[in-house]
Amino acid sequence: MFLAFVITLPLIIVLLYIIKQGVTQVNWHFLTNVPAPVGETGGGISNALLGSLIIVAMSSIVAIPVGILTGIYLSENPHTRLAYYSGLCVDILQGVPSIVVGIVVYFWIVKPLGTFSAISGSIALAIMMLPIVIRSTEQTLRLLPPSLKEAALSLGVPYHRVILKVIVPCGFAGILSGIMLSIARIIGETAPLLFTAFGNPYLSYAITKPMETLPHLIYTYATSPYDDWHNLAWGASFILLMFVLLLNIFTKLITRKWNIQL
Amino acid sequence: MLLLVVGILITLIIESLPSIKSLGIGFLWGKVWDPVQNIYGAYPFLIGTLLTSFIALIISIPFSYAISIYLGEYNPKGWLSNLLKNTIELIAAVPSIIYGFWGLFVLVPIIRSFEMKIHVAPYGIGVFTSSLILAVMIIPYAASLGITLIRMVPSPLKEGAYALGATRFEVIRSVIMPYTRSGLFAGVLLSLGRALGETMAVTMLIGNTSAVANTIKDAIFGPGNTMASVIANEFTEADHTVYLSALIELGLVLFFVTVIINLIGKRIITKFTNS
Repeated sequence: MFLAFVITLPLIIVLLYIIKQGVTQVNWHFLTNVPAPVGETGGGISNALLGSLIIVAMSSIVAIPVGILTGIYLSENPHTRLAYYSGLCVDILQGVPSIVVGIVVYFWIVKPLGTFSAISGSIALAIMMLPIVIRSTEQTLRLLPPSLKEAALSLGVPYHRVILKVIVPCGFAGILSGIMLSIARIIGETAPLLFTAFGNPYLSYAITKPMETLPHLIYTYATSPYDDWHNLAWGASFILLMFVLLLNIFTKLITRKWNIQL
Repeated sequence: MLLLVVGILITLIIESLPSIKSLGIGFLWGKVWDPVQNIYGAYPFLIGTLLTSFIALIISIPFSYAISIYLGEYNPKGWLSNLLKNTIELIAAVPSIIYGFWGLFVLVPIIRSFEMKIHVAPYGIGVFTSSLILAVMIIPYAASLGITLIRMVPSPLKEGAYALGATRFEVIRSVIMPYTRSGLFAGVLLSLGRALGETMAVTMLIGNTSAVANTIKDAIFGPGNTMASVIANEFTEADHTVYLSALIELGLVLFFVTVIINLIGKRIITKFTNS
């Protein structure tokens, strides 16, 4: 029982420390400027904020539709051979270390294109995101009472309309919370981005060029020897941590309100 | 999905072929990793990965068991238990890079002064520091699974034991523990799979040296390297084919190990929840 409380200490300590170090860094200037070169004070993390936003948005566009469709398929046809192997693959994919995903995407996309790019980063993140979306969609839809579907079918509604108009809306909150959890998970991923999005000290909108992201900025600046850069990294950590924790708490509230078991 | 997984596997194998061909199976226990001389041996990284993961497991098991038993049996309802459970889940949500950053600036000085006291070389960074952070990161996985499993113990079993005059501790020891043993073991396996593949926090804290330590003390408190961290550090610097593909072969090994561990863990859980 004592041990159970001790374990909450790391979270509280990390949280307080990051807030203490980070909150003084964050102001409007910090959010809207690119990092300053060594020796100059000031500078911000706008490039990383924008980069994270673009990359996560792109990976969501790829992963969410595919994930939801696969999830619907798995929950509708749980006993086919294809579903069995797909389920197995989802399990495997969930266990793949993120760094390995980075390597693979490097060979799939970075090498043929000849340059590190934001696209490759978002594909790596999409691969990490897929299993979470699939599993949460599948599990939510499985919990729906079959009578709902049967009632709709008995009214003569075609099968695809049943899925679109009955199944998906009923499980919507569960699917949504799965999506939010997966976003909270991938926005903090660094390892797959090391060899794909790579990082970029300037503000960049080009998705075929290297792009900075929050976790990567923290990594490069935290391991640098300069105090100014450490401060930048603390500020960035503060923003990243707040975003991730708020997204998680928000998801919790949704699932509690809609009474969903994930 | 199938395509994706098979594709990942094939890419890894094809790209690591040059090193498999030129280095053979001896790659796995070659003790020297020296890219300048073109000598590659994975032994230091295998040892590093195993050492960090197992130390982390040993540290984390008492905590995760305590949490599972406390929240599963002693205090399953109420605001305190809800608060604790949600906090534990939030621990899992913190990005690993932030643990690494925090560990580098807060944990490392603490460990350094600790190492001075027990008279080992005060690096601060090293295998032990990474294991500590890893332990914090993997506790939530084993714990949240453990809570679910302990709550699934059928109440007739527990009530029967209570009716025979067993104390709460005896019920936990002789009814709940045996009943959930395989499930708790699976939770440990899943957190092991997570610890093996963890990259960023470990890369920042382990010190990144490819030398093999001579004494046990050095191996635990000195700097080291894991498979994931060496890939993260050297992948973009690898300048010739064999070097690069040796790194990818490490990735391949990592892929197989984590996948197998994960699948075994998942199998056990499915079996447990179905029976």
